[in-house]
Amino acid sequence: MMNHATTSNPTLTPPTLKKEPGPWLRAWRKLRRNRKGMFGLYVVLLFIAMAIFAPLISPFDPIEASWSAIRKAPTGTHWFGTDELGRDVLARVIWGARASLLAGVVSVAISLLTGVTIGMLAGFLGGTVDSLISRATDAFLACPFLILAIALAAFLGPSLTNAMIAIGVSASPIFVRLTRAQVLQIKVEDYVEAARAVGCHPFRIAVSHILPNVTAPLIVQASLAIASAVIAEASLSFLGLGQQPPDPSWGSMLNTAKNFMDTAPWMAVWPGLAIFVLVLSFNLLGDGLRDALDPKHR
Amino acid sequence: MFTFFVRRLVTLIPTLVFVSMLIFSLQQLLPGDPALVLAGEDPSPEAIAHIRAKLHLDDPLPVRYGYWIAGVLQGDLGESARTHQPVLDLILQKLPVTIELALLALLIALVISIPAGIVSAVYKGGALDTGATVFALTGLSTPNFWLGIMLILLFSVELGWLPASGYVSPFENLRANLASMIMPAFVLGNAIAASLMRHMRSSMLQELGADYVRTARAKGLSERVVVLKHALRNALTPVITLGALELGTLLSGAVLTEQVFTIPGFGKLIIDAVFNRDYAVVQGVVLVTATTYIMLNLFADMAYFMLNPRLRK
Amino acid sequence: MKLSYRTLLAASLIACLPFLASAQTLRIGLAEDPDMLDPTLARSFVGRLVFMSLCDKLFDIDEKLNIVPQLATGYEWSADSKALTLKLREGVTFHDGEKMDAEAVKYNLERHKTLKGSSRSGEVRPITSIDVVDANTVRLNLNTPFAPLLAVLADRAGMMVSPKAAEALGEKFSNSPVCSGPFKFVDRVAQDRITLERFGAYWNKDAVHFDKVVYTPITDATVRLANLRSGQFDFIERAASSDIASIQKDARLKFSKITEIGYQGITINTGKTERAQSQPLGQLAKVREAFELSLDRAGIVQVAMDGQATPGNQWVAPNNSYYSKNVPVPKRDLVRARALLKEAGITNPTFTLMTPTTSDSQKIAQVVQAMAKEAGFNIKIQSTEFATSLSLADKGDFDAYVLGWSGRADPDGNIYNFIGCKQPSNYSGYCVPEVDALLNDSRSKLQPAERLAAYQGIAAQMNKDRPLVYLYHRDWLWAYTNKLSGIREIPDGLLRVTGLKLN
Repeated sequence: MMNHATTSNPTLTPPTLKKEPGPWLRAWRKLRRNRKGMFGLYVVLLFIAMAIFAPLISPFDPIEASWSAIRKAPTGTHWFGTDELGRDVLARVIWGARASLLAGVVSVAISLLTGVTIGMLAGFLGGTVDSLISRATDAFLACPFLILAIALAAFLGPSLTNAMIAIGVSASPIFVRLTRAQVLQIKVEDYVEAARAVGCHPFRIAVSHILPNVTAPLIVQASLAIASAVIAEASLSFLGLGQQPPDPSWGSMLNTAKNFMDTAPWMAVWPGLAIFVLVLSFNLLGDGLRDALDPKHR
Repeated sequence: MFTFFVRRLVTLIPTLVFVSMLIFSLQQLLPGDPALVLAGEDPSPEAIAHIRAKLHLDDPLPVRYGYWIAGVLQGDLGESARTHQPVLDLILQKLPVTIELALLALLIALVISIPAGIVSAVYKGGALDTGATVFALTGLSTPNFWLGIMLILLFSVELGWLPASGYVSPFENLRANLASMIMPAFVLGNAIAASLMRHMRSSMLQELGADYVRTARAKGLSERVVVLKHALRNALTPVITLGALELGTLLSGAVLTEQVFTIPGFGKLIIDAVFNRDYAVVQGVVLVTATTYIMLNLFADMAYFMLNPRLRK
Repeated sequence: MKLSYRTLLAASLIACLPFLASAQTLRIGLAEDPDMLDPTLARSFVGRLVFMSLCDKLFDIDEKLNIVPQLATGYEWSADSKALTLKLREGVTFHDGEKMDAEAVKYNLERHKTLKGSSRSGEVRPITSIDVVDANTVRLNLNTPFAPLLAVLADRAGMMVSPKAAEALGEKFSNSPVCSGPFKFVDRVAQDRITLERFGAYWNKDAVHFDKVVYTPITDATVRLANLRSGQFDFIERAASSDIASIQKDARLKFSKITEIGYQGITINTGKTERAQSQPLGQLAKVREAFELSLDRAGIVQVAMDGQATPGNQWVAPNNSYYSKNVPVPKRDLVRARALLKEAGITNPTFTLMTPTTSDSQKIAQVVQAMAKEAGFNIKIQSTEFATSLSLADKGDFDAYVLGWSGRADPDGNIYNFIGCKQPSNYSGYCVPEVDALLNDSRSKLQPAERLAAYQGIAAQMNKDRPLVYLYHRDWLWAYTNKLSGIREIPDGLLRVTGLKLN
């Protein structure tokens, strides 16, 4: 007699469908496995923490001058030494993280805001608008970046805020191009055509359908752009157009320190090192993100 | 192919017009009365009035633009308000210097980035990958003016191996010329090495994953031959063309490097001119640089098109 | 005749010897790139350094600021002091061979007056006409006695260019200048170098020990010094004060410290525009006095200039013969400063201190801000690019401005244009008829004692009104190889090349 235990085997359970991880989770997992990228991420977070908690961890007031302690080498009290007006270098490096991080992040935020908006307009509207925007973008990209930034910063006046605006505006053409290219690619996808056919308002299409798919390459470019924005702030400060005294920023600290390389090298070493580590980390993070987010990269 | 070239050439013209308008307005809108600055230590009312008349400073912006463009189209880029030298002469004097610096920098960048990119791709994920990446990124992560000053202190003042500044024409003395250019070229090349390395790495990775490489490996060829003889050759093409494009970045970075090393190229010329409100010089130099950059872009596009058999149907 | 190999060798060596011995180049590092090399149009301080080798002047000044002969061997004022007769050196030629005579002098002075865009027109305005008495005598006629005239003729207004070359080149003269100095122009690569070579027919050629002089501008003081250290320069001007200690320790280098004839100070907007009335510093003299008393000049000098400056409170340094001893440099007095503010009814005055982005000015601003704070002042520092700051000052759109002046040999050059009513460099807007009268006195009286009396009156009045707070007089810091000898430490900060020797 055949006794097939097909229907009443208590140990058989219906297979459960495992939920496919979304693209962001997949990317995060890939990033986790990337040693360089994670190192970059940790260091960046460390600097951000340093900037936020500056008032708590800084041993001295960064702008309080002390006439008796001018250009003293590192000691037990002043771990990084003092600068040309007797201010503690460690305190200025810690507080300077705010200026340098702000310079990096805010400039890129400005670039993103202007660049993505204009890029979307160009890609979406096409025709003469696109031509005009593309030619103008080409023109911006053809002029040396630093010259544009210098001219803008000089026009607005020397200050950290104006330097951020200058850098942000000068760096936006890249984002215009990137966004436009992405928009052109996605515009012809089926689901966008479908949304259009259904009668979705173009603005809604732009925001809910196109924008999310543009984000990945923008994130990568943004983190790389933050790195170069920090360097750009240092360059503008070198020319006297960035953060103004007595407020600290690593770039302006380097600018003053270059006159004392012989007599007080600690004034240049610490802010220089800080810039190097932060910018390197943003670069590593950006590379890691690119590996994680870009489907073409294995 | 030809139509592609012509079509691109045509779109060049409105771009150039935009460039001229962009740089003109950026200069002329700078705050401060240029007549006061140019009058220097002796601002007598007559001198100031004379400067204002000469530079048409009292005319409206579009009129001034008109004067300038009319001159440019006739080959007259004006003259430096500070030293009265014709801008065209200044540019021709400095062009060879800037070109030499840019080419040397590109060479150094390739020397750094190609091996770094290969190592990083072949040993992907490992310690060597991290090492090569960090090495290539160093240039991008240090402000080049700071690196420049450190190098001067080390090699010129401490060791006395290289001159601290100045420029000797290669036709006068090739050895002295290279001695004076090597540090600034290194500083500049370092900065673009990173992005070239990235391209090299991704290009290599792409080639290493291709079918023909698998075939070569299956055939039993050593890894070294596979990488260096087969994959590299194909991976190099896009990198070289992209390198040509980076010349644009080099012109931007050269600004501060030339300042620090006192190389009499465009970069230093522009910086001083911006701060001295010497409009004609900035406008003329940027126009020339931008035009060069745009033409380079065009040729790079064409070269990429022609060299990459996959794009040529 | 057969020449033996040895004879040939010996002969060629001997022939080479003078060439080897005299192929000497003097390499000088400048702090900026000079502007036009045309004495009539030139407007920068640094250009004058090049002129020292290129263009001789009617007179020169010495270490004590006395007038000494150069192209002119003697002078005589007429009885009414309205005419100056100059006796010229005989046998002097320009670099192109033309004669340097009374006609040439007349041509040059008229060029200063009439060339479009001339920067000398203000300086030579008192000269109404020039008479050629004979080939080597020229008379300058003035509309009113003018004591600073000799000092003016010891600067660019006294530089003589070849009339033939000037006529031929007109405004383009600066592209290949022709003067009569010890060296003649070879070429100029903008921002790279200016090359001059020995002028064989120079009237004082025995004092010239170089074949070539090359001037190279390097704006960064650290790099400039590095060049001197690595042997590429023989001499640099304006070394950074912070480098003095290490220069002193370097056995291969020597240095010179010379008190400048200029000054560094703070100009206060006391009446240029309505803005002066909108804040207490511009409004009330008491507040300005409190401000000055809150400053410790010695401290500023120590911190901002590493001690390489002399505290001062007038437009000339305390060791100058025209310094008014009746108004000495005040000591810091916080107690009195606070009392004055209380009297004025404003215990915490606020104002904006505008400073160009040069590092010296910024240091001054920061130190001043910290010091004045202790008396109750709230100073906001506004860093502005130099070009913009000049415009704002000219428009009167500022409260206080950190501004220096490179200085002129005659004290008139340091004061007249700055506090005379409606003068071009009078940024403070100061206009007091009595002071103007004293200023005119100081120019028109030729006797030093009478001029000093006028200056004393001006100093006393300025001490009450305080449109400017003078801070200090920098030291010109020159650094050069220890092989260079014959350096003359003249307070105008310009290196004279005659008499210099490189061993």
